[in-house]
Amino acid sequence: MEATVDRTGTEGKTWGGGNQPLRVSYGKLMMWFFILSDALTFSGFLAAYGFARYKFSNTWPIADEVFNHFPFMHGVDAPMYYVALMTFILIFSSVTMVLAVDAGHQMKKSKVTLYLLLTIIGGLIFLGSQAWEWKNFIQGTYGAIETKGGNVLQVVNSEGEQVALGDFVVAVPKERVMHERSNGLWFVDEPTLPNYTMDDVMAGFIANPELQIRTQQLTETGEKVILPRAASLAKLQNEGIGVIEGANLKKNEYGNPLFADFFFFITGFHGFHVLTGVLINIIIFFNVLIGTYERRGNYEMVEKVGLYWHFVDLVWVFVFTFFYLV
Amino acid sequence: MAQDTRHTHESSTKRIWSVFLILSLITLAEVILGIIKPEILTQTYFISLKLINWIFIVLTLVKAYYIVWAFMHMEGETKGLRRAVVWTSAFLVIYLLFILLTEGDYVHEVMQRGPVAWDF
Repeated sequence: MEATVDRTGTEGKTWGGGNQPLRVSYGKLMMWFFILSDALTFSGFLAAYGFARYKFSNTWPIADEVFNHFPFMHGVDAPMYYVALMTFILIFSSVTMVLAVDAGHQMKKSKVTLYLLLTIIGGLIFLGSQAWEWKNFIQGTYGAIETKGGNVLQVVNSEGEQVALGDFVVAVPKERVMHERSNGLWFVDEPTLPNYTMDDVMAGFIANPELQIRTQQLTETGEKVILPRAASLAKLQNEGIGVIEGANLKKNEYGNPLFADFFFFITGFHGFHVLTGVLINIIIFFNVLIGTYERRGNYEMVEKVGLYWHFVDLVWVFVFTFFYLV
Repeated sequence: MAQDTRHTHESSTKRIWSVFLILSLITLAEVILGIIKPEILTQTYFISLKLINWIFIVLTLVKAYYIVWAFMHMEGETKGLRRAVVWTSAFLVIYLLFILLTEGDYVHEVMQRGPVAWDF
């Protein structure tokens, strides 16, 4: 049977068919387009973060004060050291990935294996670091007082350093017990009660005359406004309604709850990408081990997964800048 | 003319390590700047953004360039693919940022001047 051939008049031209105008394989091209769409998703999140930040530009929390923990350095103020370390870890795992791709071009199976393994380990360390960062953020450091208007008041000493609620508040024995499903109506319960009541905080604040209140408001030079002692007392008495310890999606001891929401959502979505990246890397790692790509004659799969892994690194570079630096 | 990346076999290990060095140095510079926060940079404004933030953003874009060009090997792809990815994302992101940041700034103004009290 004779095949019918349509003449289109574009034979031999770039888009005439039968060639690859972009000179990449189908898989790599689709990975690039997936990355493009994913990049736009992340841009949407970061732009929304920018919107919230511009909207609350005179009350936004200061990132240096929120993320100032470092492992084994308890109580030491270490702003950004830990995220900088996380950034290095992720960039380094990107380097080992690109080395694996490079070794794949030269069909060196043992080198690809080693570098992929290092990449997986780097990804796992990053994920662990992020979990630790989340833990610190959720637990909180100092605790704060919630106001009627939904704002947050923090306690500082005469040097302007933040003081933890636990350092000056003595919890008095109280009748109020957390209501659980087991001791009442089975379908009714309530959130965990804070360690201190508003009355405990008030008593502790009055007993320590050097304490002052710091509001969410930022000055022209980007510092939080600290109220004089008398105004502090009045503010606590008139507006304080409860105690916040740590951060969740509704309340945040560091300031605006939107800060916590965006932190959980953006770093969480990025962490999910890292997790899937690690899982895909592990699959590819075992494929390399059993010689799938050696038989196939090329290591292009490592290259495609590498593109995804570098993209995860690329997103982190932006998250690092806009969440921690700017 | 862009080369076909699938058929290059020479090792580019040296370039990879030099890019790693550049990325590390930029990150280090960012962290040091972020900790010191020189007053000249935090108090000078350029298009309603602190100079230090402009520096951070420019350094981030430089890092992004190196990651995409060297690690993701965009420098070896054809012009068509490069433009399809970079121009599309650049246009949409700048557009979105312009709209959302302008709107955010406007809402901020309204909250400052409006008759509703936000801190009560």
